[in-house]
Amino acid sequence: MFPYEKYLRQDRFPHIWCTGCGCGIIMKAMLRAIERSKIPKDSIALVSGIGCSSRTPGYVDFNTLHTTHGRAIAFATGLKLAKPLLKIIVVSGDGDATAIGGNHLIHAARRNLDMTVIIYNNHIYGMTGGQASPTTPPHKKGTTAPYGSLEPSFDIAGLAIAAGASFVARSTCYHAVQLDKFIHKALLKKGFSLIEVLSPCPTYYSRPNRLGTSVDMLRWYKDNSIPVETSRKMSDHEKANKIIVGILYDQERPEFCEEYHKLIERVKQTNKI
Amino acid sequence: MKQPSNRNAKLMTGNDACADAAIIAGLRFFAGYPITPSSEIAEVLAKRLPQEGGVFIQMEDEIASMAAIIGASLAGVKSMTATSGPGFSLMQENIGYAAMAEVPCVIVNVQRGGPSTGLPTLPSQGDVMQSRWGTHGDHPIIVVVPSTVRETYDWTIKAFNFAERFRVPVIVLLDEIIAHVNEKVILPKIEDIKIIERARTQETRASYLPYRFTDTDIPQFADFGTGYRYNVTGLSHDETGFPTNDPKKIDDLYRRLNRKIERYRDEIIEFTTESLDDAEICIVAFGSSARSAYRAIRMARKMGIKVGIFHIFVVWPFPYEAVAKLSEHIKNFIVPEMNLGQIAHEVACATSCNVMKVNRVDGGLITPDEILEAIHHVPV
Repeated sequence: MFPYEKYLRQDRFPHIWCTGCGCGIIMKAMLRAIERSKIPKDSIALVSGIGCSSRTPGYVDFNTLHTTHGRAIAFATGLKLAKPLLKIIVVSGDGDATAIGGNHLIHAARRNLDMTVIIYNNHIYGMTGGQASPTTPPHKKGTTAPYGSLEPSFDIAGLAIAAGASFVARSTCYHAVQLDKFIHKALLKKGFSLIEVLSPCPTYYSRPNRLGTSVDMLRWYKDNSIPVETSRKMSDHEKANKIIVGILYDQERPEFCEEYHKLIERVKQTNKI
Repeated sequence: MKQPSNRNAKLMTGNDACADAAIIAGLRFFAGYPITPSSEIAEVLAKRLPQEGGVFIQMEDEIASMAAIIGASLAGVKSMTATSGPGFSLMQENIGYAAMAEVPCVIVNVQRGGPSTGLPTLPSQGDVMQSRWGTHGDHPIIVVVPSTVRETYDWTIKAFNFAERFRVPVIVLLDEIIAHVNEKVILPKIEDIKIIERARTQETRASYLPYRFTDTDIPQFADFGTGYRYNVTGLSHDETGFPTNDPKKIDDLYRRLNRKIERYRDEIIEFTTESLDDAEICIVAFGSSARSAYRAIRMARKMGIKVGIFHIFVVWPFPYEAVAKLSEHIKNFIVPEMNLGQIAHEVACATSCNVMKVNRVDGGLITPDEILEAIHHVPV
């Protein structure tokens, strides 16, 4: 049995998440990845915005910062640059990260600032009561899309790759064992890393859309996920409506914080002369 | 005999003075987004901060800039951003966060004409109320308003000191005139400058409460990453830093947050006066309008009119008591300001005497003649 107690603020329970919510699965995967990475608790800052996913920091024993809606990455940028030895993990949701916080997400990826962003993608605004988000699939319902959404949904992982992230992976709450390996790799990666995790919201996404229970959602993830390696041999038609899981992108790129501190050294040397 | 000179005379603008003073005050992290007429502050700091081992970052917008300085301050680093009207509007949400989470930081707002894009290159004093009430909810804030380049230097340092001492966001309200005017200034000697650091906890992790109620109402700080592992949130929280829905604890928090500034009003409020002893008319002025007011009172005095000035440096908290005391012997007040009467309204709250407004919102500086004309119109 994994010693979760080591990382949990046990006096903060019970948590606010609904029965069947994916948030706990992702939180536990994150804790297993942290344990494996051997990063000490004092060196980790867990930063979040607003939403169900963003309540994660309250339950875990790190330096924790629960910020404003969409702004977690911007707060984390200041924290990291001011204290580069901190390992920054941002937890965010689909609405938090790609609607109100979309600008901060793409610019942190572009800078390649060293942080790991875990996005809990449940296709809906859960905390505010089931409104449509940028990842609500077309035709699926939310309380603000009573006739089904007309909008195409964001490909979060694709967005991060296009914006310049160093490491991007996608997984689901069904693939919990795979997920902590991805998070572990992301934590060890120098630069901006992002993991998109598809997560069931039985209360506000599955129920109005008649997608069954949380277990049905996990089964759906299982049946419709394709490893990225397999997907490369498939046609676009075959890949339609499938979840491509795996490490989608992994490259070395100069990291912003390190580059800035090199700049400081260079400027100081020049000034001495 | 020639006096040995240790004076440090310089020709500089208000924006230059602000950037220089910030570094002297201990600024080591700046995040900002370009906007006229504040951009020179960012430009100077982009060059200067790396020389001091500090960090400058140009963020993707003002919302992010404000967020980043809060993040850096939580790591224990003195932080600042600079902006103007539209950018200041965008910062309001996270200014509220800094007030709620008690994170020291300094926000410079170089006022330009508004609302909206307004007058990007022309001065205004239209953000006096926004600087007090721009973010939602009852919240503590300190706002300082220099009127010269030298004052900008001094008040930028004091702004950092207030932020550190009281753990609040502090706003430095400049305007386009002060930001861009070149003035000869004689800077204080570094050793004469008082620098305050936030009170850091000496407690152990086991006993530390990040928002502990104490005699001072100001909780002690622990830098992120130094072993305390506490929680910071913008939600209503108790002494532990975790969210609470307990009405008693919520009430205690909001009252303490606001009391934290109110009870130290006398320590924070600062103003200066001139020629008020025998005055029948008092001009209440701040920022660049005060410069015209000084000239106007000299012109009026030559004409034998008994006028003096009450020059405000700290506009929030507002010096109601001092204005009320003045109104015991002065019955006429004139408030020149480059807005439609934001501070005149506060003066009227402090006194039942006659309060006359001199306002310009056309992007022009209020002239001494315009104030003099108002002086002539005072019913005697």
